[in-house]
This record gives sequence, C-alpha cells and structure tokens, in this order.
Amino acid sequence: DGSDVDNEESSAAENDDNVKGTDKGGKKTTPRTRRGRGRGRGRHGGEEDEEDEDGTRRAGHRRNRNRRGRGRAAENEGNDSDGGAEKDRKNQTNQKSKEDDGDEEDEKGGRSGKGKNEKKQDKKPDKKGKKEKANKKKKDKKKSASGSDSDSEEEPITEEELAKLKEEVEEKKKLIATLRNKPWKMKKKLSVLKEAQLFVEKFEGALGKGKGKKFYAYKVMMTKKWMKFQRDFENFKTACIPWEMKIKEIESHFGSSVASYFIFLRWMYGINMILFGLTFGLVMVPEALMGKPYGSLPRKTVPRAEEATAMNFATLWDFSGFAQYSVLFYGYYNNQRTIGWLKFRMPLSYFLVGVGTIGYSFMIVIRTMAKNANDDGGGDDTSFNFSWKMFTSWDYLIGNPETADNKFASITTSFKEAIVEEQESRKEENIHLTRFLRVLANFLALCTLAGSGYLIFFVVRRSQKFALEGLENYGWWERNEVNMVMSLLGMFCPTLFDVISSLENYHPRIALRWQLGRIFALFLGNLYTFIIALMDEINLKARYLLPFTIFNMYLEEKIVKYNMTIWEASLYNGTIPENSTAPPIEVDPADVPRGPCWETMVGQEFVRLTVSDTMTTYITILIGDFLRAVFVRFFNYCWCWDLEYGFPSYSEFDISGNVLGLIFNQGMIWMGSFYAPCLPAINVFRLHTSMYLQCWAVMCCNVPQERVFKASRSNNFYMAMLLFILFLSTLPAVYTIVSIPPSFDCGPFSGKTRMFEVISETLEHDFPSWFGKVFGYASNPGLILPFILLMVLSIYYLNATSKSYKEANLELKKKLQSVRNR
Amino acid sequence: MGNKQTIFTDEQLDAYQDCTFFTRKEILRLHGRYYEMAPNVVPMDYTRDPDVKLPMQLIINMPELKENPFRERIVESFSEDGEGSLSFNDFVDMFSVLSEMAPRELKAIYAFKIYDLEKTLNKLTREELTAEEITLVCEKVIEEADMDGDGKLGFADFENMISKAPDFLSTFHIRI
Repeated sequence: DGSDVDNEESSAAENDDNVKGTDKGGKKTTPRTRRGRGRGRGRHGGEEDEEDEDGTRRAGHRRNRNRRGRGRAAENEGNDSDGGAEKDRKNQTNQKSKEDDGDEEDEKGGRSGKGKNEKKQDKKPDKKGKKEKANKKKKDKKKSASGSDSDSEEEPITEEELAKLKEEVEEKKKLIATLRNKPWKMKKKLSVLKEAQLFVEKFEGALGKGKGKKFYAYKVMMTKKWMKFQRDFENFKTACIPWEMKIKEIESHFGSSVASYFIFLRWMYGINMILFGLTFGLVMVPEALMGKPYGSLPRKTVPRAEEATAMNFATLWDFSGFAQYSVLFYGYYNNQRTIGWLKFRMPLSYFLVGVGTIGYSFMIVIRTMAKNANDDGGGDDTSFNFSWKMFTSWDYLIGNPETADNKFASITTSFKEAIVEEQESRKEENIHLTRFLRVLANFLALCTLAGSGYLIFFVVRRSQKFALEGLENYGWWERNEVNMVMSLLGMFCPTLFDVISSLENYHPRIALRWQLGRIFALFLGNLYTFIIALMDEINLKARYLLPFTIFNMYLEEKIVKYNMTIWEASLYNGTIPENSTAPPIEVDPADVPRGPCWETMVGQEFVRLTVSDTMTTYITILIGDFLRAVFVRFFNYCWCWDLEYGFPSYSEFDISGNVLGLIFNQGMIWMGSFYAPCLPAINVFRLHTSMYLQCWAVMCCNVPQERVFKASRSNNFYMAMLLFILFLSTLPAVYTIVSIPPSFDCGPFSGKTRMFEVISETLEHDFPSWFGKVFGYASNPGLILPFILLMVLSIYYLNATSKSYKEANLELKKKLQSVRNR
Repeated sequence: MGNKQTIFTDEQLDAYQDCTFFTRKEILRLHGRYYEMAPNVVPMDYTRDPDVKLPMQLIINMPELKENPFRERIVESFSEDGEGSLSFNDFVDMFSVLSEMAPRELKAIYAFKIYDLEKTLNKLTREELTAEEITLVCEKVIEEADMDGDGKLGFADFENMISKAPDFLSTFHIRI
C-alpha cells in the first residue's frame, strides 16, 4: 500500500514511516481517508503547518509547494539564460552521490547515496520554490545559491536575497533542532542532518558578505560555540545524575508509580543541594573563616553556667551547648557590617541568602509545574476508560517476571471488572445511603483533624510547663513529647483516614484525592498549631499577650542592659564610671549575662523537629516493614493461618504517605532555614540516607501493589501542594523580617529596629548616593501600587490570550478531523 | 571530553546527539549494550559505519524487553526491513523514542504502529478473556475513540485518545 500512496503524492520517501501506511486488523485506514488527507494537504499546502513534529504532514506540504515551485521554476527557467538554471535542471536529473563535486552538488546539499535521493531533491527546489512565490529575482538567487564563492560572483547580492537566504538558513537550522522529534528512520534522519548541516555551513559563509560581514561571522562563531557549550553542559549534567541504576531496578520490580516517589526524592535532593550550597558557601563558611572566632564575643561563647555539660552527647544531640553557639544557628553571627580582609558584608549576605533560597525554590517549583502542565491531559475523563485500559495500562518499565505476572493478573482483573460494570451500568444504586455514608465519613475526618490539632496544642502547653519547672526533673518522654506526638500523629492518622474512606465507596481516583486532601489538611493543621503554640511560648517568656510582644521586648532589652551595666559596675567595685577614661576590664565572654535570643530558639526547635521526624520515619520503616517481613517469612511455618496471604502479609509501599512526608519535611526546612543555616545541610544528609535506606527497604520488604490504578495524574497535584507549602512556609519568616525587631544581643541584625534595614544600610554605604535616591523613589507606594495593578492586569491579559489560543487550537483540530473524514 | 574513545568519530556522536534524545555517554552505553548481545558480530569500531544487524531473537531477550508482551511488535516497528532485525541505528532510535525525553506526539506515532485491537488485548490478558469479552471490549474501544465514524481506529482517533491519557507518558517509557 505504500506504493499506492506513492502514486498519489509522488513521494518515494516518507511512506515507510508514514503513519497512514500501517495496516492492522481493525485499524485500517481506508483509501477514502488517505485521499482525504491528500486533498486536505493540497488545500493547506500554502499554509505553514502547526505541528512540526508530524513529519508526514510537513512532507506533504513540501511536496505541494514543490509542485508549485517546480511549475514556477519551469516558467522562470524559460526566461533564464543563466548557467545557473541549467545547472539546476542538470542537478534535478542527476542522481550522483558524490558530495564534493563542486558547488552545484553542494547546492543540493549533496547526496549521500544511502537511498531516498528524491526527497532531498524535493527539499532543495521546494525551499527555493517557497521563496519563489514572491521573488522575481530568482535568477540572481539561483546564482548566489549555485556559486557561493564570492569571488566568482558577477552581480552583488541584494538585501532582499540576503534576507531570503537567511530565512532559508534559519529554516534549516530549525530543522536540525527539531530533527529528533521526527518519526523517521535513523538513517534518514542522519542523511537529512548531514545535508542540512552542509547547507547551513555553506551559506553562512556566503551570507557574511557586504556590510557587517565580520560581525555576522563573529555572531555565527559565537552561536556555534554556545551550542557546543550547551551540549557539553547537558552531557555533564546527565553524568552527574545519581542513583540512575537504583531507580531502574525499582522500576523494573515495582513499576513506574513506586519509582516516581524515588524520582521525586532525587529531585528534592537536587534542590536541597543548591540551598545547601547557598547557605554553606555564603553564610556559614565566611563567618567561620573571617568572622570573630569562638570565645571572642559573648554571643559566640557558651555561658559559664552551661559549660560543664556543653560537650555531652545528649546536649549536642539536643542542639544546645557547643552546637548552639556555632555557625549552625542564627545567634552566633555578629552584626559587624563587614568582616575580614575581603570586607565581606555578613548581615547583607545572610539576608540575601535567606531571601534567595525562598526565591529560588519558588522559581524551580513553578518551572517544574509548567513543564508538567503540558503532560496533563484532559480532565478526570472516564470517557476513554476501555481505550486507556487497553493502550496505557502495561508499564514498559517492568523487567521482573514476578512483577509482570502480577501486572498481567491485575490488568485481566481490571478488564473483567470494567466489563461487569459496563454490563450492569443500568443498575440503580441507593443514592441516599451513599450520601449519608459520605457525610458521616467527612464528619469523622473533621473530628480526627480537630482532635489532632487540640492534642498538639495541649502537648506544647505541657512542654512549656515542664520548661518552666526545669527539664531535669523529667524523663526522656517529657522532654521530647512535642516532637514524638507530632510524628506519631503523622503516622497513624492517615491510616485512620484510609479506614474512614472505605465508607465512602468512591472511584479509586477520587478516593485518592480525598485521602490526599485530608492528609494535607492534617499536616497543615499540625504544623500551624505547632507554630502558634510556639509563638505563644515566645510570648509566654515575655508573659504578655501577642499585641504587647514588641513593647515587652523593648522592656526586656532595657532590663537586661540595665542588669549588664550594674554587673559591669560590680566589676569596678561598686562605682559606675562617669567617663570612659578607666581602662575596660577584661571579662571572659562566658561570664557576661545574655539577652534572650528567640531566633536561635526557633531554629533549634525546627532542627529538633526535623531530626525527630527523620528518626521516626526510619524506625517506622525498620519496624513496620522490615520486622514485619521477617516475622511473616519466618513464622509462616508455625502459624495457624497463611501469614503471607492473610493478615499481616508483606507491606506495600505507601506512595502518597511518603510523598506527603517528603513535602512537609521540605516545608519545615524552608520555614526554619532563615534561623538555622544548618538546616539545608541536615536535610541533604537526611535525603541521602533516606534514598539508600528506602531503596533497600523497598527491594527487601515490600511487594508490588495489587491495584492497577496508578496515581500518576497526581504528579502535578504534588507539585501544587509543594508550591502551597512553600508559600505558607515563607510567611512566618517574611513576617518576622518585616514586623518583629531582631534580638538585640544576638545574630547579624542585632541593633537594628527591623531586619530589612540592612538593605537600606547597604544602599547608604556601598552604593553611590544617586542610587539610594532612585531606590527611594522606586519604593514609593505611589509607584508600587500601580505596578502591582499593571502586573495583575497583564496576568489577566495573558490568561485571556491563552484561552483564546486553546480555542483556536481546538477549532483547527476539529477542522483537521472533518477534513480527514471526507 | 577527556577520554578518547574510538568507537565513534566525534561527528558521528554529534550527529547521534542531534537525531536522538541521548547524550554522548548514553550513546556509548547503548553501543556497549548492543555489543554485548553479540560480541562476535558487532564491531567495536563503528567509525566506518558497518552494516551489522542483530536478529529479533537477540533483541527481545534483553532484560528491558523480556517481560514486555509487545516486544516483537516494538522491534518490528523500529526495524528497517520490517522483519525485526535491528541495526545499531535502529536500536538507538528505538530507545530514543521510548525514552523519557521523547514528546507525546512522537510516542503516539510509534504506539499506533505497535498496537492493534484484538492481538493487543490477547497479549495483555494472556488470553484469559472469553471471546465474548474480547468482542465487547473491542466494541467499547471503537465506540469510545472512533471520532470519524468509520468503525475503525485511524491515527487521528488514536492520537486524540492517547493525548488525553494521563498514564501514557509514564508507561510508554523504557529506561536504558
């Protein structure tokens, strides 16, 4: 049938890859359709095709244009008395395969003799043919094409031809760039590539004539170098991707859905590496190398009272003692404007890194979402149920016979279920009962959420009480109560939600959505309750309600400063010196009384939370998965019922739970990294070990899932959640930067009224004065508000245009279909 | 970059990088895989473009394809002679289309070549469905996806249906 189409469209080449040429039972394309396509192409031949990637359509266009072009060429050739025209005709009939035969051959792009010569022939005159529609100076163009050596030119090339030639070259370049998307055989792609490359090379030299030649040549060279650099960079990047083989093994055993969690983990690891690089390289290292060393300032020294226990493992594990008074936390940093011989602006760097981590995270999450948005098909369609089951249910990644067996079984079951459902589709269901059950389920879920929130609040309050009474009186549980309770809630409530959802009797996809939504609400509620309780704790230290916090902090500052002067006075034996002529007494910084440092405290809390979360996860894996598997395997021989098939059996990998855990962990990192620069480092370490531990656990203790249904659509859902969490996590940090005065006795912003003042300070000192003025004008609300309005309007405009593009797209698709049908 | 390899010329590698979605390292790795299937037949030196083809039997026993019910159809669709023997070019092409980076439209074109109705269904369910069930499913599929009403599934219908499928990109993917 390839030859039939051949005759129709006079092409020798495209049909082995032509999609209409395939003939299978049940999917024959009728001659009617083929003809329709041909006609359609004829009609559309003049237009640019929208979809570049369908090589067949493109070829069709080209062929039509070629026919027209050839017609014109025939006309023009009559008028042409040039050698160029003759050469052209000669080339069209000449099927030589040598490439270096001289300019005429080069003009045709050479033929590599691998077959399919005609199509190359088609391309060249076609390209020219397209231009010929508007170009009356074809003669000159032919000459410029055929004799590329500038020396042998008889007439100078005009601007028009130059432009046309440039266009052609651009088209060839575009072809090269999209070559990998074409559905052609590799041999064909390689020969087309070679031809196009030769053409481009040849004419880029020719184009560089006349004015701006040197500049054009320079531009061309830079573009080439840039492309080579890009390619090398891509190669380097793929060489750097870790854990590829591990993920492949998991894919072949468990399919793509379980592996998607590990791919997500790897992506998070990449983000955290960058965050780690920023905080480590721009904040921790400069302070460690160039800042004042440990022990030189009060804020950098362990207080005398704590010195005895500062080096104990228990204290270090709790991130107090030496760990607290180090570059790991906010409080260590000094507020000197510049440090070291490099004049490194430490406070500015701290501030910018804090803001930069947030900015970078937003950017990368939104970019990934945009990339995924293209893959997301239509809505929650059940209109292609059977088709999708047939064509997209087999997971090509499976390479393990057991998994394959499992997959076959589940596909068969799913088909049978769908057939039964289809046959009974008219059956009435009891709507009222279902509705009642769903309402009940939602009510229970709400109760669970409320209960968990209250429990956290209660526990945090209790921990404050313990703290007031001194932690030494209580055991390990009381000291770590908050963290343990939060982790345990995170572990058990999702299972509870799962049980509740069995009441609801939804389609699995919808049930998963509800499940994820509830888990999300749980984690969010827990996190925010925790923060509110923590904020209360900060205020409780001040013993005033939230509105009075700021006032109270000033008071506290005054009190502590007064205490310090009195204490200093005690060093001078009771006399407060009137003037500063007396030499300052050397006091060991460890003895100086300290002011409160809430930022470090907050940072410590986040670090402790992260660590305990990690521990809980690992222990859950070890007990819940590994010990369970060991138990099932070895006790099966001496147990009454079959442990492997009944309860408890081997565990399945819980994808959604793990992904959500990862997302919320990242939220905590984002929230706390401003106050504890060590958090990204800890998280990188945690993700690294997580990868290995979970890979091992999955391969060793888990079995492939039974449900065919995959949660792959949820990919963008997870990204959306990540974005939302990112937004919520940055709110507290932004609030503190803007509204709360920094502690007066610790951190890089001590002494300022607000943290963001470091920017204005920098503008004053480090930039010329006119810069400060410009900035002042630019930050005027009168300018900012219209700007925000403009952005909102442009968002609206872009949204409207994108909608209209989508509609136009649909229209064209419909047209295409109706054309095909004729 | 630093290491000199003599399997391909630099131009060949660049050409492969332009024509597929693979990077240099991946192409070399692919050659390694191709070679180890038949070390006596496949040359280590591809600089002169040797004309070597491996038969289908060898290819479908690769670990990546071994368990795939469509492996013969896949290899046939990518082979130049339609019989299933793949040259290195075809081999690279096959994995490029099946890789993660290939766009949906390209995959849809090849999926259309690989699949059909009854045989696909039989392969998927290992012939465990009765003849009635098979008929029912095929009818349902045509009912759902046939847009132009010709009672058959043309490429336009197939593409329209597959472009809305959420799982297509993640399942029609082989990692090599």
